[in-house]
Amino acid sequence: MDKPTQFFFKSILFVLFFVLFFIGKTVAQENSECLTCHEDKSATGTRKGKTISVFVDERKLSHSVHQSLSCVACHSDVEGKELPHEDDLKAVNCGNCHSDEQTQHAKSLHGKAIQRGDALAPKCSDCHGNHEILSASNSNSPTSPLKIPFTCGKCHQEGTKVQQQREIHQDHIIENFSESIHGEGLLRKGLIVAPNCASCHTSHSILPHTDNNSSISRNKIANTCTKCHAQIEQVHRKIIKGELWEKQAHVLPACVDCHQPHKVRKVFYSQGMADSDCMRCHDKQDVKSTKDGRSLYVDFTHVKQSKHAKVSCSQCHSEVNASSVRPCETITQKVDCASCHAEVGTQYQKSMHGQLTAKNDPNGPTCKECHGEHTVKGKTDPTSPIFATNIPNLCAECHREGEKATRKYKGSQHEIIEHYTESIHGKGLMKSGLTVTATCTNCHTAHNVLPKSDSASSVNPDNLPKTCGNCHHGIQEQFEKSVHAQKISDNGKRKPVCNDCHTAHTIKRADEQGFKLEIMQQCGRCHEEITETYFDTYHGKVSQLGYTKTAKCYDCHGAHDILPVTDPKSHLSHDNVVGTCQKCHEGANRRFAGYLTHATHHDPEKYPLLFWTFWGMTSLLIGTFVFGGIHTLLWLPRALQMKREMRQKAMMKEKEQTEQLDSTTKKEGENNG
Amino acid sequence: MANGNGKQFLRFIRLNRVLHIVMIVSFMSLALTGMTLKFSYTTWAVILAHLFGGFESAGYVHRLAAVFMFGIFVAHIVELFKMKKREDKTWRKLIFGPDSMMFNRNDLKEFIGSIKWFLGKGPRPKFGRWTYWEKFDYFAVFWGIFVIGSTGLTLWFPEIFTLVLPGYFLNIATIIHSDEALLAVGFIFTVHFFNTHLRPEKFPMDLVVFTGRMDLEEFKHDKPAEYEALVKSGELENYLVEPYQPIVIKAVRVFGYTALTVGFSIVIWIIYAMLFAYR
Repeated sequence: MDKPTQFFFKSILFVLFFVLFFIGKTVAQENSECLTCHEDKSATGTRKGKTISVFVDERKLSHSVHQSLSCVACHSDVEGKELPHEDDLKAVNCGNCHSDEQTQHAKSLHGKAIQRGDALAPKCSDCHGNHEILSASNSNSPTSPLKIPFTCGKCHQEGTKVQQQREIHQDHIIENFSESIHGEGLLRKGLIVAPNCASCHTSHSILPHTDNNSSISRNKIANTCTKCHAQIEQVHRKIIKGELWEKQAHVLPACVDCHQPHKVRKVFYSQGMADSDCMRCHDKQDVKSTKDGRSLYVDFTHVKQSKHAKVSCSQCHSEVNASSVRPCETITQKVDCASCHAEVGTQYQKSMHGQLTAKNDPNGPTCKECHGEHTVKGKTDPTSPIFATNIPNLCAECHREGEKATRKYKGSQHEIIEHYTESIHGKGLMKSGLTVTATCTNCHTAHNVLPKSDSASSVNPDNLPKTCGNCHHGIQEQFEKSVHAQKISDNGKRKPVCNDCHTAHTIKRADEQGFKLEIMQQCGRCHEEITETYFDTYHGKVSQLGYTKTAKCYDCHGAHDILPVTDPKSHLSHDNVVGTCQKCHEGANRRFAGYLTHATHHDPEKYPLLFWTFWGMTSLLIGTFVFGGIHTLLWLPRALQMKREMRQKAMMKEKEQTEQLDSTTKKEGENNG
Repeated sequence: MANGNGKQFLRFIRLNRVLHIVMIVSFMSLALTGMTLKFSYTTWAVILAHLFGGFESAGYVHRLAAVFMFGIFVAHIVELFKMKKREDKTWRKLIFGPDSMMFNRNDLKEFIGSIKWFLGKGPRPKFGRWTYWEKFDYFAVFWGIFVIGSTGLTLWFPEIFTLVLPGYFLNIATIIHSDEALLAVGFIFTVHFFNTHLRPEKFPMDLVVFTGRMDLEEFKHDKPAEYEALVKSGELENYLVEPYQPIVIKAVRVFGYTALTVGFSIVIWIIYAMLFAYR
């Protein structure tokens, strides 16, 4: 090769190298220029007058799907401007790259809400994030299958602002979904092929079910469901037969007619098993079991009025086999209510009732003992045995004194129903009809009843404040901060909880005289010495006489908010003690509060002044009595002697008078003679 | 002969008798209501509190009786001033004269003489108008009103007194008030009762404090020195009065026996509370 050609090639290589070098540097330089300021965690800017953080985590950005993009690719209004840029940049327009998604979103419920200026409406970053956007295939992404229910739940979970302030037609969406067969498959078993929110509602084209374009409208729901359930039409034709598939001529049912949205659960349709098939036999009043002869009659009108009106027979009696001539002959187990009520069933299994039933103990109540069988009703129905005012009578069937639950009972609670009836709770519920009053199930729970010795029991001492706090929340808050709270430990001694002062089933009004006088004995069970000194002082003495207006323990120390005197918030702290005295003694002052409320004259070390005053007075008392007593005792015999002498003198005097009288009589006799 | 016309010697004027009766009633009330609080741990205290209509009512009775007791004290002091003016004496003469309630050397002689007589070593002293034990009882009332009264006021108006006194003084006042009252009640219903009513020559009760009158023979025996002095000065006739009618005597006896019974009951209660139920 000749030299000029060699030179030419070298020149080209040099030029290419030079160009590539500067191009690469230009891209890197742009991002690094932005991060010069934005990588500072304390960096702030303003948006619409509000100060916001403008920190960008470079590490997160370098892991996101946008790692290869320059900053100005999204923040386009900074491109070509002098740095640093002005505040109040425009919002990023994701549609510049994602135009299809942007179009769908703009037409969706979410997009229209944004256009209306709804502050609660979700934008791209609310679901996807901003600088840390991850691919949906990344399991850490908020848009991965396992995370989508939580992402949607930020707004659509019960209790959120959206749920409370916007009109959402479905309630308990996340809760129902998590308990559905879809939710169980996705969240509990980790099956990422199981449907999530976006599978039915789509990701960006979310529309109300009343919109014909919606993926969940009546005419499109089948298409949505058959994305997974591809052969469902054939399965339904084959199994359910024509009777259910077409209830009306040429009107096909939609999936949600049978499978409620969000509540989709296992379906227990067996082959051709319809309610009418069951009622062919069970509608007759004389039908009986061939095993034990009990009646198997079912009044279908009761079923239709019950909570299970929409549930078919075979959903509960799931062992029936449509292939048999008599389908129910294949039933070997009792109805398992937990197949639908899984959570409640789990609680029941752990409870005392469930344990007894598992042992085949005839005393163990099953679901039907409380809820009934075919007449099951909701707890808001006054005719239901689990309606608030009916619960005490329901529990009394076993727990009234003398009934089966009380015969083997070895605990300390007796005559439970009678005591409850006379308690403030019982009177509130059964006499005043206040259905918000605590019933058996409010304290003991409905399905998780356990003995109080069980640490999981709602009436275990460690759990009792929380149980009572379900209604008495303010009091629970005070109690949990007081010296009696269980979590504040000292010497390991058990501390009092609600029923130590208020009792369990005999609870009475706190402003009743009986309660006020009894409470001091309650405090005295633990605070023996202090209670003794209380009764040594004025307040205690007067209370012993049955007077209820005098200060008792809770008047000074508080009731549920008892704190150590060293706590500034305590009723007896330096700053509060005068105010506490003034509740009764209006004119009380700082010196007045120096009165020793738990003083005793028996303790020379603690109260020397009182001790010596007492013994000084006692000495005076004894001295006076000794002096007076001796004087009296010495006087007595001499006084008795003097009395005898006086009596003798009187007798002699009387005698002389008599003699004089006789003498006078004699003289008169002589005169007469 | 003076004794012949059936008249009696007037020892106490009406004012003295009225004051004493009021004192009896207020003292008994104070004792009953006070002991219910002091011995609140006994069943009897609760019963008694209920009889008064509850502790609050008992408290009102207690304070009312205290007001009456203080009123008696004031009335007596006023009477002393009037007596000074009426008898045209100086304070010195009134307080230290022969008829005064103040102790003097003669009382010491009589006390020593009594001890000798008790022990069979001498004759019974010739007592004058006021015996040493009567003077002791008189001044015991002064002491009691001062000690119990001051501490009682402190406990009645604790907010006012703690403007000056420390709070723990209320505890001290409680002890002093309580124990001094115990001393007063115990002493009156035992030693005082014996000195005046239960001595063999007076048993079961001396009516002179209620009627103000006593037989001349009795007067001569009790106060021989005073009797002789009055006879000598010729003033005995001035003190002779007609006896009360039997109906009045009967009423006086009923009142007196009631007071004695209540007093004894309280003593028994104190003994029971102190020995058997104390805590």
